[in-house]
Amino acid sequence: MDGFRYLEGVATVRLADAACIGCGMCEEVCPHGVYAVAEGKARILDRDACMECGACSMNCPTKAISVTPGVGCAAAILNGWLAGSKPSCGCGG
Amino acid sequence: MNEEKSGGCCAPPSGKASPCCGGGSPSKDEIRYEDTFVDGQVETPAGPVPRVHSRIGSRDFLGRWKVRWGIGRDRYRVAPGLYALGAPDGNAPVLVTANYKLTFDVVRRDVAGLDAWILVLDTQGVNVWCAAGEGTFGTGEVIRRVTNARLSEVVRHRRLLLPQLGAPGVAAHEVRKGCGFSVVYGPVRARDIRSFIEAGMKASPAMRMVDFPTMDRLVLTPIEITGLMRPAGWAAAGLFLLAGVGPGVFSLGAAWERGFGAVAALAAGILAGAVVTPVLLPWLPGRAFSVKGGLAGGVLAAFAVMWQRGALEAPASLALLLAMTAVSSFVAMNFTGATPFTSPSGVEKEMRRALPVQAGLTVLAGLLWVGGAFLR
Repeated sequence: MDGFRYLEGVATVRLADAACIGCGMCEEVCPHGVYAVAEGKARILDRDACMECGACSMNCPTKAISVTPGVGCAAAILNGWLAGSKPSCGCGG
Repeated sequence: MNEEKSGGCCAPPSGKASPCCGGGSPSKDEIRYEDTFVDGQVETPAGPVPRVHSRIGSRDFLGRWKVRWGIGRDRYRVAPGLYALGAPDGNAPVLVTANYKLTFDVVRRDVAGLDAWILVLDTQGVNVWCAAGEGTFGTGEVIRRVTNARLSEVVRHRRLLLPQLGAPGVAAHEVRKGCGFSVVYGPVRARDIRSFIEAGMKASPAMRMVDFPTMDRLVLTPIEITGLMRPAGWAAAGLFLLAGVGPGVFSLGAAWERGFGAVAALAAGILAGAVVTPVLLPWLPGRAFSVKGGLAGGVLAAFAVMWQRGALEAPASLALLLAMTAVSSFVAMNFTGATPFTSPSGVEKEMRRALPVQAGLTVLAGLLWVGGAFLR
């Protein structure tokens, strides 16, 4: 994804080292190469590449990963603000 | 399955709940497409299963073109359930996908030549990626479909091949607990499925990464424009009204003449944000989409001002520059929803900063434009 980097220092993804069993699921499901597993532990290599899709935390069997997942969609966030609820993709576009 | 991602972020909120079991009998206004891809059936211990072919015909092309323009997009569905591709047996792989027909067509086309089972989940006609985000391509639905199709009687192995972009909705370890099938996450793109299987269910690093090439960005631009038609129509009506305001209180002639110019500027701003910015995305400077869009709109407006320099007075020129920058910036920001790399935290941060600037530029442009009419 060269040329496709988004804002830095905003991603909410966190990895609790103690709970990690090094199964490698996070590395497998991440579409942006955020993780690498070495010596039985996962590490966050590139936090700023994270788009907070939540695939890693969903598939972490020990719940070692936390992230606030959601849609990175301006229309959805605007809908959420206007409706006073959480972002929703009710825009049809 | 980049094609699938390309469905854009937004789910069609049709509210039509499909029946939860069997193939599903569609509601009255549902269009059946089965005859375009089903060419027989395969007998299994769990009963007959419809057999699909890999050919993409003219109706599939037309259907794809229509949904790209937003026509009948929330009704472009395949009945959920189990399908056979080629001549699969009890050892054939099970590919799990969404019931958005665009997605289904990509899968059956891209795995042509493979003998496989295709398990279609009911994602309400939404692509894998977006449905996973909403949870309809989810753990519960996988377990439900596996059970309803009596998959354990159809195949001898206990393995499901899911698209990697379905992972945000599915917990592999929960699926195993729920129905005894283990989940293998295949490649992001359907076109890599065959190489993935041939490599012994191993993905190369490239198969695991999403990309966003120019063609993928381009096919998403029509839906950006059609989605903006309604608000743009209201804005245009407002502009014609404002255009008539001048020293003579209201002039119909001025409304027409000046209004036409303003609506042209609005249209140009929308094109800059919804087409130019997505296509030039990786090359436009800045990270924030509002910055990229603002630049694209501003540069185009500068050309427009130079082109019209005889006809436009200074306030109107400045108004055009500011308005096109603001419109393009706002419209470009909406494209975040169609991309596979913008995080919600990032989009929210960008919006908090950009919206006040966009609003400010618009108000300023309006004041200059309307004020300019009084200075003539």
